[in-house]
Amino acid sequence: MKLTGAQILMEMLKQEGVDTIFGFPGGKVIDIYHELAKTDIKHILVRHEQGAIHAADGYARAGNRVGVCLVTSGPGATNTVTGIASAYMDSIPVVILTGQVPCHLIGNDAFQEVDIVGITRSCTKHNYLVKQTEDLARVVKEAFYLARSGRPGPVLIDIPQDVQQKEIVFKNPDNVNMRSYNPTYTPNMIQLKRAVQQLKKAKKPIIFSGGGVIRSNASEELTALAHTLHIPVTSSLMGLGSFPGTDPLWLGMLGMHGTYRANMSIHESDLIIAVGVRFDDRVTGKIDEFAPNAVIVHIDIDPTSIHKNIAVHTPVVGDCKITLGLLNTLIDQEDFTPVKENRKNWLEQIELWKQTSPFTYDQKNIIKPQYVIDKLYELTKGSAIITTEVGQNQMWAAQHYHFDHSGQFITSGGLGCMGFGLPAAIGAQVACPDRLVVDIAGDGSIQMNIQEIATAVQFNLPVKVVILNNQYLGMVRQWQELFYDKCYACTRMDHTPDFVKLAEAFGALGMKATQPEDVGPVLKEGLSSDKTVIMEFMVEQEESVYPMVPAGKAITEMLLA
Amino acid sequence: MEEKNKYILSILVDNEPGVLARVAGLFSGRGYNIESLCVAETTDPLVSRITMVTIGDTAIVEQIKKQLFKLINVIKVYDLTGTEYVQRELILIKVNAKPDHRAEILRIADIFRSKVVDVGPEHFTIEVTGSEEKLAAMLNLLKPIGIKEIARTGKIALARETK
Ligand SMILES: Cc1ncc(C[n+]2csc(CCOP(=O)(O)OP(=O)(O)O)c2C)c(N)n1
Ligand SMILES: [Mg+2]
Repeated sequence: MKLTGAQILMEMLKQEGVDTIFGFPGGKVIDIYHELAKTDIKHILVRHEQGAIHAADGYARAGNRVGVCLVTSGPGATNTVTGIASAYMDSIPVVILTGQVPCHLIGNDAFQEVDIVGITRSCTKHNYLVKQTEDLARVVKEAFYLARSGRPGPVLIDIPQDVQQKEIVFKNPDNVNMRSYNPTYTPNMIQLKRAVQQLKKAKKPIIFSGGGVIRSNASEELTALAHTLHIPVTSSLMGLGSFPGTDPLWLGMLGMHGTYRANMSIHESDLIIAVGVRFDDRVTGKIDEFAPNAVIVHIDIDPTSIHKNIAVHTPVVGDCKITLGLLNTLIDQEDFTPVKENRKNWLEQIELWKQTSPFTYDQKNIIKPQYVIDKLYELTKGSAIITTEVGQNQMWAAQHYHFDHSGQFITSGGLGCMGFGLPAAIGAQVACPDRLVVDIAGDGSIQMNIQEIATAVQFNLPVKVVILNNQYLGMVRQWQELFYDKCYACTRMDHTPDFVKLAEAFGALGMKATQPEDVGPVLKEGLSSDKTVIMEFMVEQEESVYPMVPAGKAITEMLLA
Repeated sequence: MEEKNKYILSILVDNEPGVLARVAGLFSGRGYNIESLCVAETTDPLVSRITMVTIGDTAIVEQIKKQLFKLINVIKVYDLTGTEYVQRELILIKVNAKPDHRAEILRIADIFRSKVVDVGPEHFTIEVTGSEEKLAAMLNLLKPIGIKEIARTGKIALARETK
């Protein structure tokens, strides 16, 4: 069978089970689009390529599969870079297809040529420039395999136009065979047995879960471990949802804006079972003072995560799900009764910490941003998929919405990329058409990719945007308030568009609440609409996120208000 | 602070365009040092060997090795530091050779078992291979006479076969 490169690409995408592509056409991908139109793969036409990559990211997280994005060469490709970097930091499986100028023009500064492979080398798991149509099928197969296996991540394939056009005899590639890539899924049992002994000795253990638990679908195993041994659980921002946010053993998030009890518990603990985390500085605070008395067991599929930021006692390289499954089996074979009976003191101590600074606020005559999220939680019964923008809105979402399930909380954690939430919500809505998807946004961030409202409206995606409008780049303002003598240099945002009219101009529904008593009704009406909705809440302008660990301080040195 | 040491790594990689950029980019992007670097094809045309000397404390070098291995095109990373290995480096030295120095230069070249590969009325170019210490000693002797320029390959190394 003779096929062109573009046709081979379609064939391979079908084989990989791709049903949706987020993209934006251009001269160097016309051939691919020409073939795409003949398939039944759904194409979501975004309004900016950054929207395409974030949407593919949101789609991957909510749908637990590889997201795909397709853009043209040059500016199309460079517009995706921020989103690729975000997906890379958060280990999200996406495949980015970029058009490229024909091979004979590469290196000539041809029209719309950029070296996108060079540009994205450090923010992709791997990337390819396909120079021969003969290589294309194998490369696509490898790219999907790389994106979803091991520690997942974005993989970019740059496809020159002549490679798309050339016709060759199509040969289905064999299974992927890469001698230099062999992730370790099954852990070293000696290390795991050591962890069991450490668990037996521990009086004040704690489980610390991260995004890796979500990526490897290990929530069930993690929850089982916590329940059998009565171990309290905290998570990084990326780990929210990996353990039920309504479970009595749940401590809340850890780190800079974590709960008082989570930070104190980690500090006082004598054993940390860290799973699928990378000990980011936002979590550890001052590294020398992090968990001074704890033995640390660190389970992660990526060996580079282990011993990178923090020295650990029991390193375990392996897939979180497989490793926790094996750990649970080992625990079942041992007698843990006395250990569990001893847990009382520890849990009582934690209960005491719970009384300090439990995210309280006083809802008087100006809307508190926290109140909006509490109401949102109540009205959605905790079942919505929440995406966020970046800043205070993101932290309040993390603190006040309680996530019971993996994939329910979608945020740009590692890169902290404003403009992520709306396109990610679009991707999540495409992956989960029957779910309620809400982007919790700030007035600043939402303007970074506001154009994607048009995409949502065009494709009948009823995403809901909740804007917490504090008329500030709030998180930066908070730092200025606390550490820069309240000098609010360039963070005032009192010239925002009229979001209600803007929504209407896009063909979406726009609503606004200025009084606390409007919050409930606006949310109720907005959430029940089957349209794309922007709900704007005029909130307390100088509200700050607490607790807060100032940068470089130990996580016990929290500012509480 | 733990002291920094030199480490010598021997890295087998896919012989493909862009692989060296990935390795070098890893070092520049993460702020690691490259002291010297040597790349060439092995007997398997699909595989190249990179020999690299880097500087850091143990934790950094452990991290470097893991990061290198994480690159999809890296097949193997051998840390030769502290093992039995043979290493060589080649230098071309262009040295001023006025009439009253010519004999002395040739004598030095002879002592170090090096070769004169280019001769002119005012200069010799000498090729010398050997260990770091040997090369340093030779350069020291030639320096007072006047070294015009040098080119050096960087270290290459292979582990010794265990008997
Ligand atoms: C693309 C990008 N640019 C700049 C920043 C720095 N930054 C972090 S939070 C923030 C303020 C965001 O303002 P807003 O969206 O209104 O959220 P708020 O903190 O007020 O809730 C800024 C500017 C960033 N994270 N991302
Ligand atoms: Mg704001």
